[in-house]
Amino acid sequence: MLYRESGQFSTSYLAEGRLFKLYQQRWGFYALLAFAFLAVPYLGNDYWFSAILIPFLVLSLAGLGLNLLTGYAGQISLGSAAFMAVGAFAAYNFQLRIDGMPLLLGFFFGGVTAALVGVVFGLPSLRIKGFYLLVSTLAAQFVVTWVLTQFGWFSNYNSSGVISAPPLVILGHDFSSPAGRYLLTLGVAAALFWFAHNIVHSELGRRWMAVRDMDTAAAVIGIPILQTKLLAFAISSFILGIAGALWAFAYLGTVEPHGFDLSRSFQILFIIIIGGMGSILGNFLGAAFIVLLPILLSNLSATFLAGVVDPGQLENLQKIIFGALIIFFLIKEPAGLARLWQAFRERSRIWPLRF
Amino acid sequence: MMNIMKKPSVLLGALALGLILSSVSAQAANEQYFPLQSYRVGPYAAGGTGFFGGFIDYLQYVNLKEGGVNGVKFTWSECETEYVVEKGVECYERLKKGLNGAPAAATNPLSVGIAYATLERSTADKLPLITINHGRTDSTDGSVFPYVFPLQLNPYSEVSAIINYIGDKSGGLDKLKGKKIVTLFHGSPYGKETNPILELLAKKYGFSLTLLEVPHPGNEQQSQWLNIRRIKPDWVILRGWGVMNPVALKTAQKTGFPADHIIGNIWSNSEEDAAPAGTAAKGFISITTHPSGTNFPVLQDIDKTVLKAGKGNLQDAKRFGTVYYNLGVVNGILNVEAVRVAQAKFGKRPLTGEEVRWGFENIKLDDARLKQLGAYGLVQPLKLSCSDHEGGGAVRFQQWDGKQWKVISDWVQADRKLLRPIIEESSHKYAKEKGITPRDCAKES
Repeated sequence: MLYRESGQFSTSYLAEGRLFKLYQQRWGFYALLAFAFLAVPYLGNDYWFSAILIPFLVLSLAGLGLNLLTGYAGQISLGSAAFMAVGAFAAYNFQLRIDGMPLLLGFFFGGVTAALVGVVFGLPSLRIKGFYLLVSTLAAQFVVTWVLTQFGWFSNYNSSGVISAPPLVILGHDFSSPAGRYLLTLGVAAALFWFAHNIVHSELGRRWMAVRDMDTAAAVIGIPILQTKLLAFAISSFILGIAGALWAFAYLGTVEPHGFDLSRSFQILFIIIIGGMGSILGNFLGAAFIVLLPILLSNLSATFLAGVVDPGQLENLQKIIFGALIIFFLIKEPAGLARLWQAFRERSRIWPLRF
Repeated sequence: MMNIMKKPSVLLGALALGLILSSVSAQAANEQYFPLQSYRVGPYAAGGTGFFGGFIDYLQYVNLKEGGVNGVKFTWSECETEYVVEKGVECYERLKKGLNGAPAAATNPLSVGIAYATLERSTADKLPLITINHGRTDSTDGSVFPYVFPLQLNPYSEVSAIINYIGDKSGGLDKLKGKKIVTLFHGSPYGKETNPILELLAKKYGFSLTLLEVPHPGNEQQSQWLNIRRIKPDWVILRGWGVMNPVALKTAQKTGFPADHIIGNIWSNSEEDAAPAGTAAKGFISITTHPSGTNFPVLQDIDKTVLKAGKGNLQDAKRFGTVYYNLGVVNGILNVEAVRVAQAKFGKRPLTGEEVRWGFENIKLDDARLKQLGAYGLVQPLKLSCSDHEGGGAVRFQQWDGKQWKVISDWVQADRKLLRPIIEESSHKYAKEKGITPRDCAKES
């Protein structure tokens, strides 16, 4: 019993529909947002922003995109990185070819383009499921990279086929400093997480889960399968597309299509598997695990073991530890880190009593 | 449904720990630091261990032999990138601040992807980014890319030199008319980068050019080589990468194309590219900016001072003198020379990245200086300037005799005058996209 829940009742439908019904949770959440938006920009340094926080946020967002599709709507996809690439290259081209295009609108259209491509590659999901669908989304992965490399138009005929970030200016404010890029990423991510959270709790979210659990049954109770699945692909790809644009513009600055290859898709898939399928929080936990843990291990080993152990061996050692941790967590909780956190919270509610 | 309320508590713990670690720093020493974004595991480990082994050994050699440059010793630390872009960026951000007060001189990622991702960061942080023998072609134009140095050879110069060599072999560039050349390129931005230049040269000299793409990773090339047999070209230029190279050589043998009419580019020129093809590689020609082998005074000296003293970086001592190792040594020579030049202007102390950049722009290696360094024949004569960040643009040709590379030509120069306008066009496009005003190189001293 770390905090009291008793005495808090919903007295209106509006209150009942709240994200966090307990005021402790609410205030905790506000405090966290305030910390991320106001305190972190002053506390962090270049290394934290550019190497840790920005990729963490972007990959959380990418995880969210895939989680909507795979965790909520039950459609497995290995094309996440391709949709990110579409978003990045589309946002770049909108920015480049339309004079005076506002940055965020460019991101939005990048996301919309990714959504359209996502719908096209989502069409097979009406006929095939599971691993077979996985194979068809794999096609997206290869086709998109190939098209972006093959046709120079997409990279504005850059001789090396790379795109680089336009000036990051929103309403006259320059966001190109590391702290600015962090705030930009955080702002976009927070907005999309809010959006996704609401979708998941809306009728559409319920339809996704019904399709995920059994699509025949869902069809029988009158859920339009075609529309539901394609909307899942569209919204998922939209978020992935914006994540891709952030990856290109706010994080790396310059990317080539090869930067969005199959291993990135796998990385995003691992984020949601380890974080927790069908969970919003799980995306953060998964991204933290996949992105931050290796960096932490590498920092630790650079501090304590450099010079003692051969650098190549050291790297392999880190991989062994990382792999062992993945196995440990998946055995401990196959439903992901989010489930672990939920179990912890359920216990702490009744603490110090047991069960 | 769980909530997002306490999401980062686990994370914050980890982050806090990292913060404590990263804020540890000690007193400034009289040292110059090289942040090394090395790769010793993963698919490109062969290149990484060789290159960074040679680089570290050379820095070690300067420390042991001369006590550093004018008393300023070199120090370095490694951060594993596995050739992965994000890891390289993380390493860059981690190491750019220097080590124990020793300021960073320059970064040398030896990875195109990492170089692209850190290109703008380097410029903002005023830290030179060295992409020896590779990188973004238009960064040759130092007025737009003040902190990026594609030293010795950029991709355009590479093909131009190859065509010049073929011209030489045919008895003059005018004899190229009517010749048939096929270029087999890796299906990636890297592979396609030189195609426009080849087309331009084909038009200029009147040879017929066929461009054949090999999709990544390139372990199946039957159809491409059947095509080549049909075309019956005089020469095949191999613009390969990794496994694509030995497969190309083996398939060439299978389809009956002679290996001694295949010319490998700068990423198809190592022992690791030729040896796996076995007998099929015998006679294979490739370009190189530096011969392999140990027959240079500087390498003999490294062997004596560093390796024999048990301080060498290579795990496998047999790789001493291979292409990648020597590239590392060459890279070390150029970096150290830049520090030396900059110290002559700014004083005998650890320098900032901005000062080292000046050093790079004022490198002038002529034959006399190269002989002094014991690197005559290993490093090409090189003169950099504010507007020219490449400098050399010359290659030598080597041939695989079944066991090792034999140098078969003197320095062959690229037609850099022809390429310059194309490079400037591209760099100015970049400047316009980015809103950069190019430096006026006439005013730089």
